[in-house]
Amino acid sequence: MTTIVKVFIPRDSAALSVGAERVSKKLTQLAAEQDTVVDLVRNGSRGLFWLEPMVEVDTPEGRVAYGPVAPKDLPSLIEAGLLNNASPSDRQAHPLYLGLTEEIEYLKKQQRLTFARAGIIDPVSLTDYKSTHGYDGLVRALDMSSQALVDEVKDSGLRGRGGAAFPTGIKWQTVLNTPAAQKYIICNADEGDSGTFADRLQMEADPFALIEGMTIAGLAVEATQGYIYLREEYPHAKDILNEAIQVAEQNGYLGENILDSGKTFHLEVRIGAKAYICGEETALMESLEGKRGMVRPKPPLPAIEGLFGQPTVVNNVLSLSTIAIILAKGGKFYQEFGMGRSRGTMPFQLAGNLKYPGLVETAFGITMKELLFDFGGGTRSGRPMRSVQSGGPLGAYLPESQWHLEMDYEALSAEGAVLGHGGLVAFDDTVDMLEQARFSLEFCVEESCGKCTPCRIGSTRGVEVIDRIRADENRDDNLELLEDLCDTMVSGSLCAMGGMTPFPVQSALEHFGEDFQKPSNNQEAGQ
Amino acid sequence: MTDANTQGAGQAAQASNGQGLANQAEIESVVGRILVELKDIPGPLLPILHEVQHQLGYVPDSSLPIIGKALNISRAEVHGVVTFYHHFSSKPRGRHIIEVCRAESCQSMGGRDLEAHAKSALGLDWYQTTMDKEITLEPVFCLGNCACSPAIRVGDEVYGRMDAEQFDEIVDELRTVPLAFSANPAEVK
Repeated sequence: MTTIVKVFIPRDSAALSVGAERVSKKLTQLAAEQDTVVDLVRNGSRGLFWLEPMVEVDTPEGRVAYGPVAPKDLPSLIEAGLLNNASPSDRQAHPLYLGLTEEIEYLKKQQRLTFARAGIIDPVSLTDYKSTHGYDGLVRALDMSSQALVDEVKDSGLRGRGGAAFPTGIKWQTVLNTPAAQKYIICNADEGDSGTFADRLQMEADPFALIEGMTIAGLAVEATQGYIYLREEYPHAKDILNEAIQVAEQNGYLGENILDSGKTFHLEVRIGAKAYICGEETALMESLEGKRGMVRPKPPLPAIEGLFGQPTVVNNVLSLSTIAIILAKGGKFYQEFGMGRSRGTMPFQLAGNLKYPGLVETAFGITMKELLFDFGGGTRSGRPMRSVQSGGPLGAYLPESQWHLEMDYEALSAEGAVLGHGGLVAFDDTVDMLEQARFSLEFCVEESCGKCTPCRIGSTRGVEVIDRIRADENRDDNLELLEDLCDTMVSGSLCAMGGMTPFPVQSALEHFGEDFQKPSNNQEAGQ
Repeated sequence: MTDANTQGAGQAAQASNGQGLANQAEIESVVGRILVELKDIPGPLLPILHEVQHQLGYVPDSSLPIIGKALNISRAEVHGVVTFYHHFSSKPRGRHIIEVCRAESCQSMGGRDLEAHAKSALGLDWYQTTMDKEITLEPVFCLGNCACSPAIRVGDEVYGRMDAEQFDEIVDELRTVPLAFSANPAEVK
């Protein structure tokens, strides 16, 4: 008798990077050798990356998971009932069996709103999307006035998830209030911060949420053209987004006369070309216009004079994707999560030297320690954790004494730390903080747009000064010079690139000063 | 311009693999076709440059005046854009591009050692190409695979939890494939 088994193997680039494609091919081959028909769904990852490639199977009890699965594990998994209607107790016999996916602690403890569908649906299946409340928000939005839409977003308390945390509704109000024949919605998908991958996962696991959010944004501010500015480093996201956009167009969710409403919204993916600075919104718009990604002075605000000189909403992938659920469930619903002025949930990304790295979406207010240890499980290397960089390459390095902090925009910034895009990168005690400080400045040398002097020249001088400290040349004088240089960059730079590059340097000096006092025998350690 | 590139369509395919210089006639025809398709979209320059690099393997200097003229901007402006972005290359590169992530998350998992290994195993510094024109080594700042650090990218494939041994295996595979092709009589016309 032929049985049909529904199996899920992720197709997002993280799962692929650790062999999901090989597992998928091998499974198809082995199933064909048996009398089993596999209905293989290539979902996105659930974000439990240490378990990737994770294979899920639909059973009468619910979806069960196995991981991390290598192709060589498949014969024994099949023997243990992977593709049969094996009972949970039979399945349990295999060491890779993880039980019901939804019951995995790491997942169960989360509050997934933005990522509600990640890993559950086929990312490019409109049917899957709609069966999980997808497009409920747009349908509701089509019956609302632009002002009512903006008010709903204001009520939600949503703040920009890209890192700057500017209230999304206020930005939209400015664009709505500025009359123009053509307005634009730009999705900033230039996720360049090391330690962050939530935008990528969102686009690869649930692209329709972003498309829906952008369409709603278009209705709210009366913009008819949207661009997703996607970094070149994300080729899989490009393919998935383009496929999803095509499906949305074919089914009347994008283009002219959306769902017979008479409303129009066109959407296009544009690819960056490896320039970190293009994550800065004005540089991004220059790039979209076909220029060097040079930062524009503000004012004028992009909301008034943005892309091609027209009023433009620039929002991050997560902000726009979250709009879909805010409209589906209401601003009040979303606003009830969180603490202080940080409302809703935040998709935190646990990265670097952690035992259980992954995506943790939860309400603001969780402590860094809970994320690093209760979720992250401490270091992967098993050595003591020494330093954590929060908020990307422009965020401070935090010592253990600061890990008690609650993850909230204001609580972190009061301590000189950055929540940013929600990434945490953990380092064990083998880290050399002088090298990390040097790298921050070197990164700025590579990626500065060059428009303002403190950033362009300051970064280069900073690397030189650290090299002299490392070589023990007038160490005390050079340490003083480095601090002075950091001050100049912080106060004198045009944008966050030069203005925040000193944060990791200053925090390394403040909390890990001993690394700047070592004898000069480690000159070869850096590149 | 080399002899190998003056022999028509078969060689054009080779150039688009990123190997060798393209000849001027080919550049003009490829760029001309791309311009017809893309020059009238809003903000056309980056999409045009992407397509030129995709088809020719690099953005030849001699294509800049053609692009500039079509968009009514100066050659200098086009040059400024090409050189601003790390992705665009003014020179031909290897058949395969290996990008090694240099960012913090990968550093925390041994990325610095992996960078050093990649350089010494290939005998290359950043942006250099092996003598056999097979592999170009490039740095990249984050592939968004930070939960599976350290990461590298080869073409459009990302590899995570990378170490020196796996790196060597990947390089070995990349170098083996073309030889297997030429040994297959069906492929040699």
